[in-house]
Amino acid sequence: MEKIIFYSLALIMIVFAIASVISRKMLRSVIYLLFVLAGIAGIYFLIDYNFLAAIQLTIYAGGIIVLIIFSVLLVHHIELELAIPKISKQIITVLGCLIGLGVFLVTIYGHEFNVIENNNTTTTAEIGTLLLSYETGGFILPFEVVSVLLLAAMIGAIVIAKGKKLIDKNDETI
Amino acid sequence: MIPGVTIYEILTVTSILFFIGVYGFITRKNLISILISVELILNASVINFVVINKYLYPDMLQGVIFSIFIIAVAAAETALAVSIIINLYRQISSVEVKDIETMKY
Repeated sequence: MEKIIFYSLALIMIVFAIASVISRKMLRSVIYLLFVLAGIAGIYFLIDYNFLAAIQLTIYAGGIIVLIIFSVLLVHHIELELAIPKISKQIITVLGCLIGLGVFLVTIYGHEFNVIENNNTTTTAEIGTLLLSYETGGFILPFEVVSVLLLAAMIGAIVIAKGKKLIDKNDETI
Repeated sequence: MIPGVTIYEILTVTSILFFIGVYGFITRKNLISILISVELILNASVINFVVINKYLYPDMLQGVIFSIFIIAVAAAETALAVSIIINLYRQISSVEVKDIETMKY
């Protein structure tokens, strides 16, 4: 049963990823990306990390997709179609990607992973304890650094997107 | 872990996703499309962290914590990229890569 779910999720993810990369309509390619992200959340549910799946659904599917849709609607003429790259460039890029994929797969299948059979369940409390522990192996310092980084990113985004005033009110010569 | 699914199959899927993202990153000519491709690449790497944690080191949680940090950094990066794109559009009315010379030097 899990096998069927995994294979259908993988198929959905790959098909929609390709569609999102080659679609000529901007808004559609964003929606295809939304399907890919939801499929990834499904994989997190399958391997029993419920907290990560919830994070994926709220931050990626809820937050980042909405941000990108906002930017598409603000800056792009929706009826406009994206330019198709040259055929020669497409072929060269596909070949390069296939070679890279081949190298990856040869490396992965040549490596012997010693997989540990397990059925552990991770509770959210364990993740929270590890995030805030200040003993050896705890993650309190990166946690605080990330909080400062998010604050800085928020202030920076506001300052950059606000920009300069297009017309100065005191300047009456314009 | 997922019953009946080996780690090799999951790593294959994530490698394919990663290279689809690389393809889009190279061929697209629009800043927002490039941002979408970067999201694909980041997500493929996050799945790798989580899966390797679950299959090889089930007693630890380091992979999960790192993927949470990756998601946080990706959110910050997207917010900044969107604000830069909006600012560029106000100045030069275009988001095509070939028109953007303001930030080059």
